[in-house]
Amino acid sequence: MAVGTADPGGLQLQAETHRKQRTLWGDAWVQFRRHKLAMFGLIILVILVFGVVIGPLVWKIDPEYIDFAISNQAPSLAHPFGTDDLGRDLLARNLYGGRISLAVGVAAMTVSMLFGTLIGSMAGYFDHLDNLLMRFTDIMLALPQLPLLLVIITLFRDTLRDAFGPEMGIFLLVVFVIGILGWMPTARIVRGTVLSIKEKEFVEAAVNVGSRETRILSRHILPNVLSPVIVSSTLAVAAAILTESALSFLGLGFPPDVPTWGRLLFDGQNFLTYTPWVVIWPGMLISLTVLSINFIGDGLRDALDPRQRS
Amino acid sequence: MGQYLIRRLLTAIPTIIIISFIIFLILDMAPGDPTASLPMTIPQEVREQIRESLGLGQPFHIRYGKFMKQFFWSEPLNILEEMTGAQIGDPNRLRLRSWQTRSPVIDLITDRTPQTLWVVGLSYVIAVLLAIPLGTISAIRQYSIFDQLGTVFSIIGYSVPTFFTGLLLIIIFSVRLGWFPSYYDTTLVVHDWPSFVKQIKQMIMPVSVLALFQTAAISRYTRSAVLDNLKQDYVRTAYAKGFREHVVVVRHVLRNSLIPVITLIALGIPQIFAGAIITEQIFRVNGLGELLIRAIQGSDVPLVMTLTLIFAILIVFFNLIADIIYGILDPRIRYG
Repeated sequence: MAVGTADPGGLQLQAETHRKQRTLWGDAWVQFRRHKLAMFGLIILVILVFGVVIGPLVWKIDPEYIDFAISNQAPSLAHPFGTDDLGRDLLARNLYGGRISLAVGVAAMTVSMLFGTLIGSMAGYFDHLDNLLMRFTDIMLALPQLPLLLVIITLFRDTLRDAFGPEMGIFLLVVFVIGILGWMPTARIVRGTVLSIKEKEFVEAAVNVGSRETRILSRHILPNVLSPVIVSSTLAVAAAILTESALSFLGLGFPPDVPTWGRLLFDGQNFLTYTPWVVIWPGMLISLTVLSINFIGDGLRDALDPRQRS
Repeated sequence: MGQYLIRRLLTAIPTIIIISFIIFLILDMAPGDPTASLPMTIPQEVREQIRESLGLGQPFHIRYGKFMKQFFWSEPLNILEEMTGAQIGDPNRLRLRSWQTRSPVIDLITDRTPQTLWVVGLSYVIAVLLAIPLGTISAIRQYSIFDQLGTVFSIIGYSVPTFFTGLLLIIIFSVRLGWFPSYYDTTLVVHDWPSFVKQIKQMIMPVSVLALFQTAAISRYTRSAVLDNLKQDYVRTAYAKGFREHVVVVRHVLRNSLIPVITLIALGIPQIFAGAIITEQIFRVNGLGELLIRAIQGSDVPLVMTLTLIFAILIVFFNLIADIIYGILDPRIRYG
């Protein structure tokens, strides 16, 4: 009988939710759109990503084509970004370099998010692992990041180049090293969130109906950890792009024939006096990308936190 | 507090040991060979002798133990000897030598430290002095024009990489305007007014690049710390008692807000040493960062190892300092 009386109510509720469907992501999007800077960042980032993905298909000049007859030219219609000291077209080089810089950012972010979420959720959920894993995180945090990055990349560059080819080898190495040295803040955030969520009633209910631990972790806890992870993943993309550019700028990242934005800056700094646009374009592109990602991260933080909703 | 301090110190020591082990292991696993860059004409047996003389013939744990003894015992004694002039223990004590220059690693590091400290230290001091008032005013006048400009400024400040701001400053102020030199001349000795002016001129650009970046981060943090405190009940009580705004802000709000800010500042100090690597490279300052880059490029293992370990120890040390400061300044925190 109880089922009978509950049913019409349930149907009514369903009909109502059908009329104005509101999901977590829908709400977040509504909130996100109110954040002016974040929307501005999103538009800029979409333009930049489209540019580097579609750009080389439209702008068909070979980024490696050398023509001394047109070296060191200022921006013009034929070469909107100008040319470098070897007469290579800088628009083509910047578009191609952007692909690599963005790919490094996203891939390194994925590595660090996987590690961070794994270690953070294990430390938060399993009490006996907590102390061990957090001590490990502390030690990793105490490692000097940039010096160690430089050391590891210089030492293992040749080995990976032999194994995977010049471009892929360095790519894997840079992504892996940036990711492996960048997961600690995420792990701490995830651990904190898991610690508070696992005390909630719905987790207790799941334990009481006899769900297995893996199921509780994957179906009940991890979805709730998603929003802080998303926020820190945007910031991690920005940080990884900056780190890759810094490495290339120090001449220790990608080889000279792979024009990432940082590498273009490194190559261009010797020609600042005569052809300043050589460094201005890649520098502006890096800054714009990082700036827009940081704005998006700010907007996401507000949008995904239900307590901030007005 | 005392007990907490001891426990905290006792965890710092194994941390440093584990870190030193990790760094040593990474450098040891490296496939690089220190004799690889020598001329091809050197015969194989001579190469073996060179490797032997560099101490590479022994097993891993012996080399690690020797390095640790050298780093934590012999070299500090060597420094002490140089400072006091007195002779302590064995006069022929081993020195940790650079593979590139054959001079003691410690001498190279003490040569380079003043430049780094001057440029980097000054920029940090300027950043702190600017950031705290900026952050406080932003918080008090939340959502005002000043605050919004401050927000944009600080997001730009930490989004634009230092290697781009540095190059931009060079293009504008050295190439176009010719106001400042584009590189840092470390041979300059300040002995009179003109050389002092020259020193100031060459320091302006590197210092402001670093200061911009640091100011952005610290002022954001100060702003949110002050905002947290402005909402507290004690602020309303102070206003209700009729105190003027600056009294409330300076005497009550700021005092409480600065506790986490000071911790952040302490935590940032070791980062400066490592973070200056890029700035030193742009302006050709021959400081510690430049030394590290050189050492890495020349696979100078003892120098790389020593510098990285010093950076790591600084991080652990300032973490400890930050914890202690927090405990002293904030009486709400009681360590069990």
